[in-house]
Amino acid sequence: MAAVQETIDRVKAIDVDQYKYGFETIVDMEKAPKGLNEDVIRFISAKKEEPEWMLAWRLDAYKRWLTMKEPDWARVSYPKFDYNDIYYYAAPKMNEAPKSLDEVDPAILQAYEKLGIPLREQEILAGVEPKNRVAVDAVFDSVSVATTFKKELAEAGVIFCSISEAIREHPELVKKYLGTVVPVTDNYFATLNSAVFTDGSFVYIPPGVRCPMELSTYFRINEKNTGQFERTLIIADKGSYVSYLEGCTAPQRDENQLHAAVVELVTHDEAEIKYSTVQNWYPGDADGKGGIYNFVTKRGDCRGKNSIITWTQVETGSAITWKYPSCILRGDGSRGEFYSIAVSNGMQQVDSGTKMIHLGKNTTSRIISKGISAGRSQNTYRGLVSAHRKATGARNFTNCDSLLIGDKCGAHTVPYIESKTATAVFEHEATTSKISEDQLFYVMQRGLNEEEAVALIVNGFVKDVLQHLPMEFAVEAQKLISISLEGSVG
Amino acid sequence: MLEIKNLVAEIEGKRILDGLNLTVNNGEVAAIMGPNGSGKSTLSYIVAGKEDYDILDGEVLLDGENILEMDPAERAVKGIFLAFQYPLEIPGVATMTFLKAALNSQRKARGEVALTTPDFIKRVNEAATKLEIPKEMLRRALNVGFSGGEKKRMEILQMALLQPSFCILDETDSGLDIDALRIVADGVNALRSPDRSFLVITHYQRLLEHIVPDTVHVMANGKVVKSGGKDLAVELEASGYADYKAQEAA
Repeated sequence: MAAVQETIDRVKAIDVDQYKYGFETIVDMEKAPKGLNEDVIRFISAKKEEPEWMLAWRLDAYKRWLTMKEPDWARVSYPKFDYNDIYYYAAPKMNEAPKSLDEVDPAILQAYEKLGIPLREQEILAGVEPKNRVAVDAVFDSVSVATTFKKELAEAGVIFCSISEAIREHPELVKKYLGTVVPVTDNYFATLNSAVFTDGSFVYIPPGVRCPMELSTYFRINEKNTGQFERTLIIADKGSYVSYLEGCTAPQRDENQLHAAVVELVTHDEAEIKYSTVQNWYPGDADGKGGIYNFVTKRGDCRGKNSIITWTQVETGSAITWKYPSCILRGDGSRGEFYSIAVSNGMQQVDSGTKMIHLGKNTTSRIISKGISAGRSQNTYRGLVSAHRKATGARNFTNCDSLLIGDKCGAHTVPYIESKTATAVFEHEATTSKISEDQLFYVMQRGLNEEEAVALIVNGFVKDVLQHLPMEFAVEAQKLISISLEGSVG
Repeated sequence: MLEIKNLVAEIEGKRILDGLNLTVNNGEVAAIMGPNGSGKSTLSYIVAGKEDYDILDGEVLLDGENILEMDPAERAVKGIFLAFQYPLEIPGVATMTFLKAALNSQRKARGEVALTTPDFIKRVNEAATKLEIPKEMLRRALNVGFSGGEKKRMEILQMALLQPSFCILDETDSGLDIDALRIVADGVNALRSPDRSFLVITHYQRLLEHIVPDTVHVMANGKVVKSGGKDLAVELEASGYADYKAQEAA
């Protein structure tokens, strides 16, 4: 039938490999010798000019890692990863840390420009309202190459720098908090990260301070055959507030690359951290070749009374995503929130969700998870809501919805609900639906073309979550979701 | 003006339309009646562009242009509108949002300027008031939780807004009570004009008392077997479809 054949031809012509961040930047790089052993760890530590205690911490983690077994309980499958076949450190060659953006290799700056990331503060400052400024820490493979607005933030007492710098300049803070939310022993990948982490962001907000601008970090994996192990630590002292955004991209390659990050958040009394992620790591091609393995441990500890930690994520990339941003609701009256849109297309696999651990009294948590599966992908929501015996008055509301596009993908939900107190109230709602051919026909009959129709239906589906993203990123996220689903119907 | 010439269509190997010929002129209101399984709804889906069908022969010409190669969105932009028998629910998408997206998408495709939000809201409110659709309903997700009558009125609202040149009403009267029927009929009649044609598919003569047709066609076994004026509908009500089925068998 003519019309059907035309549709088939048009869909085939759309390049499913739409990843527009797939370019590679040719830059002089310096790498550690391949493989993982104590020497490589010493190499990394020396490159970063770390104090003795940091090196000792790493080596302990490494020794422990050697005794651990890679977990395999997630609903994802991948060929055995050879941990000795990658470089654990790759950095653009620089004689010393750049003091200004002028000293950074222009090719690197171009890469960030292509990604649409604002590094040139001057261009931003000129004619732009103060409230639109975003301070950016740009991490290129294993190093932070630039952090903007540091001076301005310092005036407010805010520390925002790379974690390598924090280890050198603020060791007392790092020592106090590092590994206290995600212990070295927590899981296989966190232990590995503790041994070989290379860079990431460090944020400290002093008491009573509302961070004057949004903070963000853009991670770019560029060099091939490397792993990226970043470590981020954010501390909000009493009564403070910070909104932080993390963005991630990587070039298109045939080999898989490992990204095993650890993010720790701590809020003290009455403090709040809003952590948003827009993840667009290279997802692999339509046949599942290549792509990033995104195995991440993210956890927030609401230590203080009435403190709040909010995780918002839009995950569209990675060949495999395995992450559960979680909240430990320790302080009485503390609150944890998790808003997620996870899109999978092609041959992607996602096993993601959250854990809300209610420990203190009258703690609340809210989970809104929207999974969209297309192509031949598999998308699993795995969540844990638990209340300790003494967590009286714990309340949770969970709404996890899955949307299937086409008939070759899968959506799965694995909720764990454990309450040891009779006073807890946990609500759980879940739906699974499909964009039916009839729905699409109906919307198209009103004049919207296929892409507009899918975007409209998907937007309605994710509306509840999008409204929790910082506004500028909500728009970007909408576009990203549309692009990720291009060619998914038909 | 719509001309269907010798249309032959199958779905999963089963023949539904078997050499159908039909012409609806500008300004004409044509009714199609016929027994279940005669292919009436299939005809409406094929004209609107639903992809499940294999077109083995024939043409469908809208103002002289063969639309069979076009996808549903393109046909909508050319002026085709189908008021569904069972309108679909679109969760999470507010009716207003949907209407605006549809209208502006069509305008863009025709090279027209998008309506500004205040103009758009004004148009929608005017149309909604005439169809006795409460404003609050426009904020709800499209068709989600709407009763049958509410969904049908919503179809007519969309028709009023999009101003199509060829409207197919697929059993719009099914599930409507007397009052809803009157409101829907008034809505359709208000849109009658020399530049617009209607194809009204129905089982029952009752609708045709409110939306008085210029022509009545009877469909049986995938073909138009008889055409006449509005009195033909009255005849059918009295005699049923037995004669037409018998003719086909013979």
